[in-house]
Amino acid sequence: MRSYKLNHVRQLESEAIFVLRETAAQFDRPALLFSGGKDSIVMAHLARKAFHPARIPFMLLHVDTGHNFPETIEFRDRFVKEIGASLVVAYVQDSIDKGRVVEEQGIHASRNKLQTVTLLDAIETHQFDAALGGGRRDEEKARAKERFFSHRNDFGEWDPKGQRPELWNLFNGRHHHGEHFRVFPLSNWTEMDVWQYIKHEAIDLPSLYFSHRREVVDRHGSLLAVSDVVRVQPDETSEERTVRFRTIGDMTCTGGVDSAATSLDDIIAEVAAARETERGTRSDDKRSESAMEDRKKEGYF
Amino acid sequence: MEMDLLRFTTAGSVDDGKSTLIGRLLYDSKSIFEDQLEAMEESSRKRGDEHLNLALLTDGLRAEREQGITIDVAYRYFATPRRKFIIADTPGHMQYTRNMVTGASTASLAIILIDARKGVIEQTCRHAFIANLLRIQHAVVAVNKMDLVDYQEETYEAIVAEFQDFASRLDNIVEITFIPISALRGDNVVATSDQMPWYGGPTLLHHLETVYVGSEENHVDARFPVQWVIRPQSDTHPDFRGYAGRVAGGVFKPGDEVLVLPSGFATHVSAIETFDGQIEEAFSPLSVTITLDDDIDISRGDMIVKPNNPPRVDQDIEAMICWFSERPLVSRGKYALRHTTKEVRAVVRDIRFKVDINTLHKIEGDPEFGLNEIGRISLRTSAPLFYDRYNRNRTTGSFVLIDEQTNEAVAAGMIV
Repeated sequence: MRSYKLNHVRQLESEAIFVLRETAAQFDRPALLFSGGKDSIVMAHLARKAFHPARIPFMLLHVDTGHNFPETIEFRDRFVKEIGASLVVAYVQDSIDKGRVVEEQGIHASRNKLQTVTLLDAIETHQFDAALGGGRRDEEKARAKERFFSHRNDFGEWDPKGQRPELWNLFNGRHHHGEHFRVFPLSNWTEMDVWQYIKHEAIDLPSLYFSHRREVVDRHGSLLAVSDVVRVQPDETSEERTVRFRTIGDMTCTGGVDSAATSLDDIIAEVAAARETERGTRSDDKRSESAMEDRKKEGYF
Repeated sequence: MEMDLLRFTTAGSVDDGKSTLIGRLLYDSKSIFEDQLEAMEESSRKRGDEHLNLALLTDGLRAEREQGITIDVAYRYFATPRRKFIIADTPGHMQYTRNMVTGASTASLAIILIDARKGVIEQTCRHAFIANLLRIQHAVVAVNKMDLVDYQEETYEAIVAEFQDFASRLDNIVEITFIPISALRGDNVVATSDQMPWYGGPTLLHHLETVYVGSEENHVDARFPVQWVIRPQSDTHPDFRGYAGRVAGGVFKPGDEVLVLPSGFATHVSAIETFDGQIEEAFSPLSVTITLDDDIDISRGDMIVKPNNPPRVDQDIEAMICWFSERPLVSRGKYALRHTTKEVRAVVRDIRFKVDINTLHKIEGDPEFGLNEIGRISLRTSAPLFYDRYNRNRTTGSFVLIDEQTNEAVAAGMIV
C-alpha cells in the first residue's frame, strides 16, 4: 500500500496555509505585517499559495521606522507590485511629528520600541481586527509561549499569563469590538525550516541576506552598517568587512555577521553550524532578559 | 531536507525535573546556542544556583523565572540528523490538566516523568490517563533522579511493574518504553550511562529518534471540511470556483464521486488545485483547493465526503470533555461549539459522569463540573455536526466549547 506521508517542510507549509485561510475566514479586516524581511516574504508567498488563483484577500501593512536599509524598501516596493497586493505604510516619523512618541536620545537611540505605538495606531485607524505576523516560537523564549491566534485587548496588550487554550487545529478568533488578534502562521517553523523552504520554493530575497562588502562599526559586539542613522563616534573606528545579515530590522539595531555565504546553500550550511541564535544580532533584544516579553505585552510584533 | 517530524509532550509533577530534562536534551544534543547559554549562566549566577540551571531555558516568562516554575505551555524545537522534534512542554501544576490536554492534543508521543524516589503517584496516573484520553499512542516512562536512589535496578523494576499494572487499563496507548535516567547528571538522556550497566535499552534521545510512529492521520475516511470559497472573478479566471481546505481524512482524487454535506448533493471532483499546479491526489494533512463538476451552493463549514463512507450527521453528541474555566459548567448551559471549520451553538443536556482521574473511578450524580475536571456529557447542537469518533479521527472528532460572553474557550471535547 502507498504510504501517505508529508516531509516536515510540507507539513509546516500546509499548517501555515490552514492558519492563513482561518484568518481570512474568521476576521473582517485582517492585515499582513510586511517588513521586507525573510519571514514576512515567506508569509506573503504562503498567502499567495493559500488563495490562488485569487488575490491575497488582505492588505500588507509595513511599519516604517525610517531607519530601514534602502535595499529593503526597494525590495518591498518591487515585491508588492509583482504580487499585485496593496500596501499600507505607517511611518514612525509621523508618530514622532504628532507627538505620539518621543524619540530616544544618545548613540543607542532606537526607534524599535516606538514602532509599537505606530503599529497600534495603524491597526485602529484602518480598523484591522487581525494582524498576521512572521514571528516564530524558536526565535525567543517569550515567543515560545505565544499562540497561533494571540488575543490583544482594547489597548493592544498581550496577557501572557491569561492566554486562551489552543487545542488541535481549532483556532478561536472570537473577539469583542476594539480588540484584535495577532496571528502567527509560522509559529512552528525554525530558522532552518524558513531557509530550506526559501530554497525549495526559490523565493527571491533582499540582497542584504547574502554576503557583501560593507562599511561597519563594531558597537558592543554588533556589526552595525555605517549610514546616516549609524554614525561613527569619535572613539570608534569603522572598517569594510564581508558581512551578511541574518535578520533585517532597523539599521540602528540589526548587526551583520562576518560571512562568505553568497548562495542559499551557503546560508543553510552556515545556519546549521551557527552557535548563536538569529536574534543574537539584535541589540533590541539584549536590553534585558525580558526585553521581548515587555515589548510584546505593550503590543509589539 | 526530507525529514520526519515528531511532536511530543512532556508530563510530570512539580519538581520531577521536567524542565531540566528538556534543557538536558537540548544541551547535550547541542541545540542550545552560545548566547542562550551565556544568558542562562548569567541568570543562574544571579539566582545563586549551584549548577547551570537548565530549566531557565524553557521558562520564558519573567514570572516563571522569578518563581522557578513553569506556568504556560511552551514549545521547543530541535533537530538531530535523523528527525525534527517539536516539544510541547507543559507545566506540572497550576492548570496542569488544561495545559497537559492542550500539549497532548497535537502530540504523537508523551514522555511521562516519574521521580525514582517517589515511584508511581496519583499524578503519574493522571498524566497517563490524559495521554490516553487524547489518544497518544506512544509513551515513554522516564524514571528520573536515578542518581538519588544509587542507580538501583530493584527500585527501577518496581516502578516499571507498578506502572504497567496501571497502564493495562489504558487501551489507546499501544506502546510504552521505560528508561532509567538522571536529567541532572545526563544519564541515559543523550549519552549512555555507565552507572547503570544493568540497563540494556536505548537512551531517551536515541529512542525518540528511532521510535516508529505510524501516521496519526486517518487515510481511510475521506473528509474535507470547507474552509474558504475561492472565487477570483478575474479576467483570467472568470468562472473559477474552488473550495479551499485541509484534508481531514482519506484521499481525494480527480474523478472521485463525492457527497456534499449538509445539502446531500452528489457530484465529482474535477481537479485538485494548488499554486504549483494541479495534483493527482490529496490526503491529510494537505491544504488544497478542490473544484467540483457541478455548481453547488457550498460555504464554509460544509464538508465534502464520499457517499459510500460518510461521517455521522447528528445534532445529539456524546463527548468526553475537559473543563478549562473557573466558572463551572452549567447543565442546560448554552455555548458556542467550534468543530472543524463549523461553528454552531450547543446546549448541555446532561452530565453523564465525571472521572476521578487519580483512581479512574466514575463519579455519578455530581452536578458540579469545575476547572480541570474531566467527564462525559451529552450535548444538543443548533445544526447537525458531521463528525467521527475521536478515536477514529482526531480532527473530525474534536471540538471546543466557547463562552459566548467572554469568548474564552471553556472546554475541550472528544466525541465518543
